Amino acid sequence: MNMDTIAGVATPMGEGGIAVIRVSGDEAIAIVDKIYCGKNKLSTVDSHTIHYGTLADPKTNEMIEEVLVSVMKAPRTFTREDVVEINCHGGLISVEKVLDLVLEYGARLAEPGEFTKRAFLNGRIDLSQAEAVIDLIRAKTDKALKVALSQVEGKLSKLVRALRQELIEAMAHIEVTLDYPEHDVEDFTQNLLLNKCEEVRSQIKRLLQTAKQGKILREGLSTAIVGKPNVGKSSLLNSFVQEDKAIVTDIAGTTRDVIEEYVNVRGVPLRLIDTAGIRETEDIVEKIGVEKSRSMLKQADLILLMVNYNEELTQDDYAIFEAAKDLQVVVIVNKTDLAQNLDMEKVKAAFPNQPIILTSIKEEEGIDELEKAIAELFFSGRVQQEDMTYVSNARHIHLLRQAEQAMEEAIIGIHDRMPVDMVQIDIKKAWELLGEVIGESVGDDLIDQIFSQFCLGK
Amino acid sequence: MNTTYNGDDFDVIVIGAGHAGCESALAAARMGCKTLLLTINLDAVAYMPCNPSVGGPAKGHVVREIDALGGEMAKNTDRTYIQMRMLNTGKGPAVHALRAQADKIAYQSEMKKTIENTPNLILRQAMVEELIVNDGVCEGVITNTGARYKAKAVVVTTGTYLRGKIIIGDLQYESGPNNMRPSVRLAENLKELGLELVRFKTGTPPRIHKSSVDFSKMEIQPGDEEPRAFSYETTTAIPDQLPCWLTYTNLETHEVIQGNLHRAPMYSGAIEGTGPRYCPSIEDKVVRFNDKPRHQIFLEPEGRHTEEMYVQGLSTSMPEEVQLSMLRSMTGMEEVKMMRPGYAIEYDSIVPTQLWPSLETKLIEGLFTAGQINGTSGYEEASGQGLMAGINAARKVQDKPPVILGREEAYIGVLIDDLVTKGTNDPYRLLTSRAEYRLLLRHDNADMRLTDIGYEIGLISEERYKAFINKREQVAQEKERLNNTRIKPENEEAQQVLRETGTPELTEVIDLAQLLRRPEVNYEHIHRISPSPVELDEEVREQVEIQVKYDGYIRKSLAQVEKMNKVEGKLIPSAIDYTVISGMSKEAREKLEKIRPLNIGQASRVSGVTPADISVLMVYLEQFHRVLTKASE
Repeated sequence: MNMDTIAGVATPMGEGGIAVIRVSGDEAIAIVDKIYCGKNKLSTVDSHTIHYGTLADPKTNEMIEEVLVSVMKAPRTFTREDVVEINCHGGLISVEKVLDLVLEYGARLAEPGEFTKRAFLNGRIDLSQAEAVIDLIRAKTDKALKVALSQVEGKLSKLVRALRQELIEAMAHIEVTLDYPEHDVEDFTQNLLLNKCEEVRSQIKRLLQTAKQGKILREGLSTAIVGKPNVGKSSLLNSFVQEDKAIVTDIAGTTRDVIEEYVNVRGVPLRLIDTAGIRETEDIVEKIGVEKSRSMLKQADLILLMVNYNEELTQDDYAIFEAAKDLQVVVIVNKTDLAQNLDMEKVKAAFPNQPIILTSIKEEEGIDELEKAIAELFFSGRVQQEDMTYVSNARHIHLLRQAEQAMEEAIIGIHDRMPVDMVQIDIKKAWELLGEVIGESVGDDLIDQIFSQFCLGK
Repeated sequence: MNTTYNGDDFDVIVIGAGHAGCESALAAARMGCKTLLLTINLDAVAYMPCNPSVGGPAKGHVVREIDALGGEMAKNTDRTYIQMRMLNTGKGPAVHALRAQADKIAYQSEMKKTIENTPNLILRQAMVEELIVNDGVCEGVITNTGARYKAKAVVVTTGTYLRGKIIIGDLQYESGPNNMRPSVRLAENLKELGLELVRFKTGTPPRIHKSSVDFSKMEIQPGDEEPRAFSYETTTAIPDQLPCWLTYTNLETHEVIQGNLHRAPMYSGAIEGTGPRYCPSIEDKVVRFNDKPRHQIFLEPEGRHTEEMYVQGLSTSMPEEVQLSMLRSMTGMEEVKMMRPGYAIEYDSIVPTQLWPSLETKLIEGLFTAGQINGTSGYEEASGQGLMAGINAARKVQDKPPVILGREEAYIGVLIDDLVTKGTNDPYRLLTSRAEYRLLLRHDNADMRLTDIGYEIGLISEERYKAFINKREQVAQEKERLNNTRIKPENEEAQQVLRETGTPELTEVIDLAQLLRRPEVNYEHIHRISPSPVELDEEVREQVEIQVKYDGYIRKSLAQVEKMNKVEGKLIPSAIDYTVISGMSKEAREKLEKIRPLNIGQASRVSGVTPADISVLMVYLEQFHRVLTKASE
C-alpha cells in the first residue's frame, strides 16, 4: 500500500535517558539522510545496522544531537516498511528538536496508534490482534480528544479560534467577489488583504514563541506538592503561579474538584496535581491528611515534599516520608526565615540521594535553587514521564509552523501581485491547519459564512 | 389508470425534457441506445422558467465541461445567445467565467430541433404516472394515456414538476413551473417505491414590459466586444448583442415590503419547503439584511423577439399588487407594466444520498435521477447531472462500468460527490468555493481535463479529438521551449520589452518561463522577445501562459490531489456491513451504512465520520479482506 512517511516518539519520555524516534515509510531513509552526518550515507548502508553520527539542520548547519541510528529496510521491520530509528538523549528538549527536524524534512507526525496500524495493514500483525489494534486507535484517539477538549477553554484554542474567524471573514469576502462578480460588494483590496495576512502571521509567530517558552498549555510532568498542613504548600504554588507562568484548566469529569495547574519551571512543564485541595484546605487545619498525600503520590512523576524548618519532624512527616520512599523527590525545607527547630540530619537520612533545598517562600528565598534542582532532575533524564501526550503538543507546534509558512506564502503572493484567488489557496491552507490544531474539521463553514455575511440572490 | 397498451421497447427512457432530460436523452442516443424522451408538454423542451441566462462562476465552468464531454448545452447557447460576457477578468484564470444572456424561445427551439434530428432518439408528449419495477429493477414506465414502455434503464428528470405548487400571496395552486401541469401521480409512485422525498422551494421574479421602462435613468451593461464561446467547436460569434440594465431597490421599496410582510407566504407559514440560501427572495433579503439601504436589480431581456424583461434580484411571492408597488418604487420603473407576477414554487425532490455516484438509485437498479429532483437548482447543474445520468444509463445498458468524475477532475464531479456523499439541506448551487482544487478546474482547461473521457465514452468525434490532441501537443511543446530557451542580458530586444512593461531589466541569464512568471509579463511579450517557431492560435497561447505563469500554485494543488488520490484509490467492497464494526462511533456506522461510499476518500467526506473512524474502517477492511482470502484458499 502506498503510504506517506510518518515519524513519532517510540519510547516513553526519559526512560533510561534514551529516546527513540521512529520514522517509517518509503522516504524514511532519504529523510533522515538529509539531516544525518556520519561516516556513510544511510542510503548506502546495509539493512539492520546501527550507525553513530550527529544530526544537524542542513539550513543552518547547527548540530542538534549525537545519535545512534538504526536502519531497517522493508519488509523485515515492525511496520514492514523502511524504518529508521533515531536513538537520542531522552530529555524533552532534545526529543522535541529531533522530531521537529524529521518533520521539517518531509515526514508527517504519526497519528495515535499509526505504527501499529501500519504493521497490521502491511500484514505484520496477525488477525487475532486486529481487535486490539482497533481498541488502541480508539483509546489513543479518545485520550487525544480529551486533551483537546481540556484545551477548549484554554488560551490556545481561544487564540486559534479568533485567528480562524479573522481568516474566514476575509475568505468569505474574497469568495463573494469571485462567485458573485456583479454583486455590489467592494473588492477586498490588496492592501487590506496584506494587512490582514501580516497580522495573522505575526500572531501565529507570537503563539509559536510562547510555545517555545512552554507557556502554551501542554501536558507537563505530573507533580505533587505534599506535606503537613501549614507547611507552605499553598505559598509554593502561588509563587509558581504568580509569575504568570500558569494556565489554569478545569478538567471536568475526572475526579471531583480536582484542578490541575500547569507551570513552567525553566523549560520543564509541570502539571501540578490537586491544587484545589491545597488551596481549599490550607486554612482548614487538619482536613487534609496523610491519606490524601499518599493517594496523590501514587499519581505523580515528581514529588515536591515540604517540611517545616521551624518544627520538629512529626509522625505525619514520617508517614509521608515512608510513602515517598523510592519515588522521585525534591525535599523542600521551608520557613528558613523562622528559628530552626528541625533536625536536618534526620531529613538527610531519610532522603540520602535526593536534593534537599532550603527555602523561605515567604521571603522569596531559595526559589531559584529549587527551580534549578527541578530542571536538573528533569534534563538528566532521571524523571520518568508516564504520559506520551507530549506528542500532541509537538503536533500543535508543527501545525502552527505550517500555518505560519502558508501565511508567509500568501504574503509573498500578494507582493508578487498574484490574483486574489491564488493567494486564497494559501490563506485557506492556513485556516485548515489552524482548524486541525483545535480539532475542528473542514466542513461547509466557508459556504455558511458567505451566506450569513453577504446578501446574495437572484 | 383504466386500460393500458404495450408501446415500444427502449434501451433508455428519459422522463422530462428540461435541461437535465435533454442532455440525458441526447447522450444515451448518441451512445447508440434506442432512447425515448417523454415530456408533459412538447412546447416546454429545454424551457427556462427562471432567469434568461447560462453560465457565470462555476456554472459556466460546468457548461464547458459538458462540452468537453460531448454534451449539448454549450453549443445550444452559442447558437442562440443575445449577450456574452467574460466575468472576473480582473482576477485569476481559475475564476474567469463566461456568461450568456439567452434568448429563451430560440434556446428552446434550437434544442428541440437538435433532439428531433438525433438518430435513435424519439421525443414524445406524455405524462409518466408510474415506473414498472420488478424485484428491485426498473423495467419501464406507464403514461397517463395508458402506454407501457419497456426499458433497460430509466432516467427521471422531473425538475420542479413533482407535486409542484405555485404560491403568490394568498393564492396557491398545484402547478409545474409557469403554469405547466404538475406531476402528482409519479411523486406518489416514487414514494410508494420506497424513495425518501423532501420538499424544496424556489422562486422567480416578475417580468415587465420593456417599453414601459425609462432606461435613461439606469446603468447599461453591454456584452463583450469580442464575445467568447462556450463550446470548443464553436467558431463564429453572434453579432448584435442586447444590453442588460442595472437599477436599485430603495428605502421606499423596502417600506412596501416591510408594510406587507404579513401577506408574504414566506412569513405567514404558507410555504413549507426549504428555500435556497444563495437566492433568497427580496422579502427575505430585506428582512435578513435590513441595514442594507439598497439591493441591485438587473433588467435582462428574455429574447430578441419579445418585449418581456426579467427583473433579476426581485424574486418574490408577494401578492400581485404588492409586486407592482415594489417595481414602481424603483428608479426608471415609475410607470412600469408588469407582464407576469413573480411566484414561489414548492416541489418534491429526492434525498440525493439515496444515489450512487453514477446517479443510479441504490434502491432500484436501472433507475437514475438527475437535475432539480436531486436537490439542486440551476440549469447548468441540471444539465451536468443529466449528461452523466444519460451516459451512465447507456453504459449500464451496454454492460460497461459507470463514469464517475473526480473532485479534482470537474465541477460536475464536485457537484455529484457533494450530493451523494453529504446530501443537501437546501437547493444546491455550485460555487467555485465548493471545489478544493479550484485552480485545476479552470474554465480554460475543461477540454484538457475531459476530452479524453468524452472521446472514450464515444461522445467526441474523431475529428474533434484529433484537433484536441494537436492542441495538447502544441501546448506541451511550447512550454518545453519556454523552459529551455535562455535569454541573456545582452539581448537588447528583450531589455526593450522589459523596459516597456515596467519590470526590471535582466542582469543575468534567465529562461523564458521564468520571465513569463513576472507579474507584468504576458505571453505577447514573450512572443516579441522570442517568437514560437510555429504559429500558435489564441487558445494554445492562453494555455501556455496560464500553465507557466501559475506553475507554482498549480503544483501545490497537484500535490494535494495526489494526497487525496491515495485514499480515493482504496476501494470499499460493496458487501461490507458497517453495523458490525466495533470501535467505530455509532453515528459513523449509521451514516456509512446509509451512504455506502465506494472508497475511503468518499467515506472520509461523509459528515460525522472522524479520522479515527476511518482508521478503524481501514483496519476492519484489511481484516475483512484476509478472511475472504482465507475462505477462497
